[in-house]
Amino acid sequence: MNEFLQFTLGGVSFGMVYAAIALSLVLIWRGTRILNYAQGAMAVLTTYIALTVINHTGSYWEGFVVALAAGLVLGAVIERVVIRPVESRPPLNAVVVTIGLLVLIEGIAGIIYGGQYRSFPTAFSVTGLRAGSVSLGISRNDVFVAGAVLAVALALAAMFRFTSAGLRLRAAAFNAYAARLLGVRVGRVLTLGWALAGLIGALAGLLVSPDTFLYPSSMDSIFVLGFTAAVIGGLDSPVGAIVGGLLLGVALNYVGGYLGSNLVPLFGLVALVAVLMIRPSGLFSVSHGRQV
Amino acid sequence: MTLLRHLAAAVAVGAVVWALSVQLNAFRDFQMAQVAVYVVAIAGLSLLIGLSGQISLGHGAFMAVGAYTTALLMLHLNWPIWAVFPASAAVTALAGAVVGLAAARLHGPYLAGATLMLAVALPSLASQFPGVLGGDQGLSVTVVPPAALGATFPPTRWLAWVCALAALIALVILANLGRSRVGRNWRAIRDDPVAAALSGLNVAALRVLAFIVSAACAGLAGSMLAVTTSLVSPGSFTLSLSIALLAGAVLGGLGTLTGALWGALVVVLVPTYVTDVATSHGLSGGVAANIPIAAYGVVLIVVMLVFPYGIQGGLRRLAGQFLPSSPTRLGPPARRAPTGERTEDLDSPYRRPPVSEHQEEGTS
Repeated sequence: MNEFLQFTLGGVSFGMVYAAIALSLVLIWRGTRILNYAQGAMAVLTTYIALTVINHTGSYWEGFVVALAAGLVLGAVIERVVIRPVESRPPLNAVVVTIGLLVLIEGIAGIIYGGQYRSFPTAFSVTGLRAGSVSLGISRNDVFVAGAVLAVALALAAMFRFTSAGLRLRAAAFNAYAARLLGVRVGRVLTLGWALAGLIGALAGLLVSPDTFLYPSSMDSIFVLGFTAAVIGGLDSPVGAIVGGLLLGVALNYVGGYLGSNLVPLFGLVALVAVLMIRPSGLFSVSHGRQV
Repeated sequence: MTLLRHLAAAVAVGAVVWALSVQLNAFRDFQMAQVAVYVVAIAGLSLLIGLSGQISLGHGAFMAVGAYTTALLMLHLNWPIWAVFPASAAVTALAGAVVGLAAARLHGPYLAGATLMLAVALPSLASQFPGVLGGDQGLSVTVVPPAALGATFPPTRWLAWVCALAALIALVILANLGRSRVGRNWRAIRDDPVAAALSGLNVAALRVLAFIVSAACAGLAGSMLAVTTSLVSPGSFTLSLSIALLAGAVLGGLGTLTGALWGALVVVLVPTYVTDVATSHGLSGGVAANIPIAAYGVVLIVVMLVFPYGIQGGLRRLAGQFLPSSPTRLGPPARRAPTGERTEDLDSPYRRPPVSEHQEEGTS
C-alpha cells in the first residue's frame, strides 16, 4: 500500500513534466496545425544554456530565468525562419522540417557541449518527504516540479482568458481568416504562440534534466511520452494535455515500479496505439465531423 | 516491356558493381555493401512516403526486426544466406502489416508520432530479453565466402556481391510494382483519398499494403546490414538511423528509385568523409561525430523549403531543359509537393480565402 502511494506520487511529478511538453505541443497545434517534433531538442538546448549560466554564476535561479527566456526567443525565431514557409504546404512537409530541426538542434548541442552525460542541479532538496512515519516517495523538488508546471498552466489559462493577446491567440486558432479580417495580425500571434510553447518546453527540460541527466538526445524519450500525453488528451485541448500527462505519468510509474523500467517505452507505445485506435481524437476533444 | 527494361538496367548496374568491386580495396567493398543496404531501405521508405503518402519515422525499427531475424536464423538454425534474406523480409513484412493496420487509420502527425515511438521503443526489447536477443552486447553473425572462390578471397567483396545482388532484385521488384496498377492506385490515394475511395479503391487496404512492402524492404536491408557488419545490437538501430533513412529519401527525391540511390550514396559516404575531414582539421572526435547529424537536419530543412523534389527532381528538371523532347516516361514530378496529403488542413492559417474547389478551378 505504501509502495502504491509512492509510485502514485512519483508518477504525478513525472506526469507534470509530460504535461508541460504536451501543453507546448497543443499550443502550437492549435495555432498552426503543425506538430513540433523539435520541442524536445529545443528544450535540450535551453537546458544546456541554463547549465552554462549556472556554472558561471553559481545561481540556479539565474540559469532558470535565462533558459526560459532562451526558450521564448528560440520558439519565435524558429517559427519566423523555418516554419513560416511550410505552413501553407502539405502537412508532411512540416513534419519533415520539424524532424530536421530535431536532428539539427541535437547535432549543434553535441558539437558545442559534447556527447557526455552531465548532471543538472535541482532547485530544492531531493531528500524524501515523510508524512509522520510514512515515506511519501517524493521530495521537496518533486513538489516544486508539479507546482511549477501547474503555475505556468494556470498563468497561461489566465492569459488566454483575460488579456487581449490571449483573445487574439484564441481568435487566430479558431478561425485565422476571420481573425485577419477583424484586424488581428495573425502572423505575429502565431509567433507568440511558438514563443510561449518554447518557454513551456524549456521549463520541462529544466525540470526533468536532474532525473534523466543532460545529453544531446536526453529529451527524445520524454518528448515521445509528452506527445503521447497530448494525444491522450486530444491535441486540441490544454486541459486534456495536463490530464493526459498525469494519467500517463502515473501509469508509467506503476509499470516501471512493478514490472521493470525496460518496459516503460514499450508500454508508452502500447498506450499511444491503444488511444489512437480506440479514440483517435483523444479523450478530451470535442468531436468534429471529419471528411472521409 | 517495362520488366525487360528494368531487368536490362539491373544487369547493367550489376556489371558495373562487379567491375568496381574487383578494383576496390576491402574498405570500399564494405562501403559498397553499405550503399546496397541503404538503397533498399531508402527505396522502401521513399515508396511509402512518395507514392502512398504515409510517413514513417520508424523504419530503423523495421531494420532491427530484419537484422534480429537474420541473426536468430543463422545462429540457431544455420540457414544459408540466400534463404535468410527472404525469410527476414517476410518476417518484417508481417511486422509491417501489424503497424500498417494501425497506421491506416492515422494520418500526418499522428502517424509520424506513432512510428517515432516505435523507433524509440522497439530497441529496448533487446535489453528486456537478454537471453534470446543478446541484450546490449547484441548477437554476432558470421558469413564466410563459399570455398569455390578460394581461401584467400576477401570476405568483404563476397558480401558486396551478395548485397548488391539482393538490392538489385529488390529494386527491380519495386520498380515494376511502382509502375503497375498497385503503384497507380497508391498515387491515387496519396493525391486525393476521397476521390480514390469514390472510384472504388480500398484506401485502407492500399495503405496497409504500402506499409507491408516498405517494411519488407527495411527488413531485407536490416538483414543485409546484419551480415555486412556481422553484429546485431540495439545500438545500431537508434532513432538517428530512422532519421538518416528519412534524410536520404527526402534528399534523393521522394517516390523515385534513382533518388534512393543518390540518397544512399550521400548517407553512406558523406558522414565518413565529413568525419575524416573534421578529425584531420584537429576537431575532437565528439565534435566530428556530431557534424553529420547536424548536416542531416540542414539537409531535411533546406531540401523541404527550397527544392522539395530532391536531387532526382532537380536532375530531371535539368534533363528536361536540355532534352525538351525526351520522353518523360516516369512523368514529371507532381505539381504539388510529393508528400501531398490534404486532409484536414483547411483550417490552417496562411491559407487563401476559403473558396470552394470549383471556384478555385475557375480562377486559376
